[in-house]
Order: sequence, then C-alpha cells, then structure tokens
Amino acid sequence: MIDTENLTKKFGDLTAVDSLTLHVDDGQVFGFLGPNGAGKTTTVRMLCCLISKTSGTAKIGNYEIGNKEDSLKIRKIIGFVPDNVGLTENLTAYDNLDFYAKIFDCTETQRKENIKHFLEMLGLWDKRNVLAGTFSKGMKQKLAIARALVHEPEILFMDEPTANLDPESAKTVREFILELKKQKKTIFLNTHNLDEAQRICDKIAILNTKLRAIGTPEELERSICGKSTVITLEQVNDAVLNALKKLSLRNLTVDGNKVTFDVVDPDKENSPVVEAIVLAGGHVRVINVVGSTLEDTYLKLVRESA
Amino acid sequence: MRLSKAWLVASRDFKIFRHQKNILYSIIVFPIIISVLFPLIIEFAGQRSVGLFAALPNLLDSFSFFFVIGAAYIPLGVASYSIVGEKVEKSLEPLLATPLTDGEILLGKAISALLPTLAAMYAGATVFMVGMDAVTVGKLGYNYFPNWTFGVLLLVLVPAAAVMSVLYSVIVSSRVNDVRAANSYGIFILLPLLAIYLASEIKVISLDINGLLIIAGILYAIDIALYFVGTAAFQREEILTKWK
Repeated sequence: MIDTENLTKKFGDLTAVDSLTLHVDDGQVFGFLGPNGAGKTTTVRMLCCLISKTSGTAKIGNYEIGNKEDSLKIRKIIGFVPDNVGLTENLTAYDNLDFYAKIFDCTETQRKENIKHFLEMLGLWDKRNVLAGTFSKGMKQKLAIARALVHEPEILFMDEPTANLDPESAKTVREFILELKKQKKTIFLNTHNLDEAQRICDKIAILNTKLRAIGTPEELERSICGKSTVITLEQVNDAVLNALKKLSLRNLTVDGNKVTFDVVDPDKENSPVVEAIVLAGGHVRVINVVGSTLEDTYLKLVRESA
Repeated sequence: MRLSKAWLVASRDFKIFRHQKNILYSIIVFPIIISVLFPLIIEFAGQRSVGLFAALPNLLDSFSFFFVIGAAYIPLGVASYSIVGEKVEKSLEPLLATPLTDGEILLGKAISALLPTLAAMYAGATVFMVGMDAVTVGKLGYNYFPNWTFGVLLLVLVPAAAVMSVLYSVIVSSRVNDVRAANSYGIFILLPLLAIYLASEIKVISLDINGLLIIAGILYAIDIALYFVGTAAFQREEILTKWK
C-alpha cells in the first residue's frame, strides 16, 4: 500500500529525512516513532503530496509521489489528520465535515450518512450544529479524525493524534483507531507515545532522520535489546562465579545474590547455566526472564543515532 | 482548474463571514459612507455655495473615484482574514491535503473576497447615483448619472482595483501572522489610488473616460504582475514550509 525507497528530503543544507525505505501493507496499522525533529511530519507531508521529495521514490497504492497527476489521485485516496487539527473554527462540526465531503465528490446521500456515522461513532452527533471553535481539545481532535474519514479514504495518515489530549480523550481516540484497525483500514500513525504504538500498531519504524529499525513491536523488543535472565541464589560464592565465567555468558553481571546475563532463547540457554550453578554447589532460589520493552529499544536507538 | 471546486472554497468562506461581524462591517460600511454621505455633502454645500453649480460635474466625477478606492479597500479585510485567518487556525494544511489544486484554492479565496466587494460597490453605486441625481437634478437640469464615465469606472476600473487588492493581500498574507498586520501592510495598496485622486483634484490628470481607461490599463498590468507573484507565494510547499 505504501512503499518508499531511499526517500530523502532536504531543506537547503539540512537533511530532514535521509534514504527512508519502508513498506506498509494493506490493512496494516503502521507506527512511525521518533523524537522531535526526526523527520516524521516531513515524511507524512511527502507521502500526502504536500511537499516535494528531494530524491528517492515513494508509492501510495499504484500512484507515485512527485508525479503531478498522481499527486491529485493520491490526495483523493488518503485522509489526513495533522498534528494541529486545523478545523475551521467558525463553522459548525457538521459544516466542517460537509465541506470536506463535498471536496471529495461524495454524493449527498453518502455525505449525510458518513457525517452521521462518524459523528455518532465519536460521540459528537449531538454537537453537530455547534461551532467547532467552542469545542474542547479532545472534541476537536475527534472532529479532525472524522473529517479525515468522511470520504472513506483507503489510507489514513495521523500525525500525533493523541498529543496534548487528556488521558480520557486520548483513550477514546486510541479506541477509535483500534476500531478502524478491526475494519482493516490502513493507518500510518506518527506518534511519540510508545505505549500507544505498542498497543495499536502491527508494525513500527523508528526514525531519527534515518530509519533506525523496523518490525513488529515484538521483533523490535527482541532484536534490538533482547532479553535477560536474572537468577537469584542463596549466595554467590567464588566457585559459582568461576563456573559462570567459564560459560562465556553475554553481559554477565553480579549484584549481591543476583546473577544477570543476556539471552536470545532463554528456554535453551538457561538450563546449562542452572546446571553449572548447581554443580558448583550453588542453591538457586528464583529464575526470572526479563524482556526489554519497546521503550528500551527506542531509547537505545535514538541515543545511538544522536 | 475546476470552477466548481473554487466555488466550494468560496462558499465555505461566505459561511464563515456570516459568523464574523468585523468582515460584514468592513464590507458594508465603506459603500454606505460613499453612497449616503456624499449626496448629503453636495446637498449641504449646494445650499451655502452658489459657485458649486459650475464645479458640480468635476466634483461628481471625483467623488465617483472613491468607488475605485473602496474596491481596493474592502478586499484587504476580507482576503486578509480569509488567508491569515486560516493560517492562524492552521486549517490550510488539511485543506492542502485534499485533491484541490493550489489554483482552485487561490481562486476560491479570490472569489470570496471579490464577490462581496463588487456586490457592495455596485449596490452602493446604485444608491449613490439615485441620491446624487436627486440632489443635483435641480441645479443641473438633468440626471448626471448614469453616464459612460461612471459606467467605465464601475465596470472596468472597480474590478481591476479589487483584483489588485486581493492579489496584494495574498502576498502580504504569506508574510505575516495576524490579520491586523495584514491590514496594516494592505493599506499601502491604497496609496497609488489616493495619489490618482489627488492628482485629479489638482488637474494633473483627468478622470474622464480616456483617463480612466489609461488608469485601468495600468491597474490590469499591475494585476498581471501581482498574479505571478501571488501564485508563486500560494503553493503548497511554500505555505507549509516558508510561510511565517
């Protein structure tokens, strides 16, 4: 659905996005993570044909960004929720949606049905005749999402949809995205919120000008930081320590009566370690396998690339 | 370029203006002042000055030129709000992410500023002609309005001045961040028109049909130049990355 290859954007001497190559499948929720200034918004703007690329290629469906004729076709099949909602404050909620539905050539019946459907889904139907400028931040964000969906786009681009929202509004928006996910809508989600990305996204990319990692949340957790085994003993004596050193364990650390080391496959790697401890006269109390979180992975990659 | 899409953008702006009393006032106040106040001035001055009779045709032509100044003044407020207002609300970005072309959005914005201006000016001109004829027919012995000079002024010069003002407002709007600043800079576009008015008063130029056509030619040339600058300023990438 979305394919980019070496997509690059430069503003003068500044490279905002450098050689980005990624693929998003149809019906996938794709999380795009990165710190401020990482190039997330620039990438979305390029993919939505709002700004030009400097080099590389990108395709949305069968259309190529950078091609003038395709740009209009791409903008016809996408919905876009910008990071700053951008509602017309002096229009009612209904009129905001009606205007966008008309731009996308929705029929009158389709317009009426879709506006009602999305406003009801987001709990705004009762406020349809109220000026958008009087809405709370959460309501504005929901209306911006409804606006992006009113013409039933094939792909939805969302730039920080829950940023600056109170927890309750953020939860409503997240639940709505999950509802869209159930309907197999392709969503490209820019976010800072790692927990949100982990809960919602099928695939995640971490960007810091360059692409730092890409995969499912589980793959990223495993492949970047891996897992650790923590064995708590009654006492760590010299015999146990020597036995462990002979095993050449990765990142072995001893803290009091706790021994920690990195593992890739704990089921296979832990047994010989426990056996060595027992043979050396040690008494094992507890064995824990600790997985790294997406946050660990994200921070590691971002710090490395800084 | 699809006119229906441009009209959609303009229609939305008209809906917005209904909630913006400042814009409504800026559209109707100027024509009301010209069309009601000027006949009253003539009536009042005519009662006190006997010599006014000889100067009346020139005076009426001079007063008529205020419709050109008004046509340049009104779009400053409307177009500035229409573009800077969207900038402030940050509502241009989602609009730019739709299948509308830059030209359709710009044309829509231009229509939303031009139509109310022309409607207000033509309505004001009608009241002005009726009012002026009512107060001058006794002295002149005939109805001064309508006449060809005023016709050329309304149909050729007024649209040229309005278009110039709209395009100038687009350029100014791309460089400022609030409506007041846009209006402040916008006032500069009135200076050449005020200069023409003063020049006509001291008889440097004549506001007869030939004079008006020459002025119109100059304004349309300026319109073409501003069109190229304005359309260059109103492009997606410029708006999103370079507009303040």
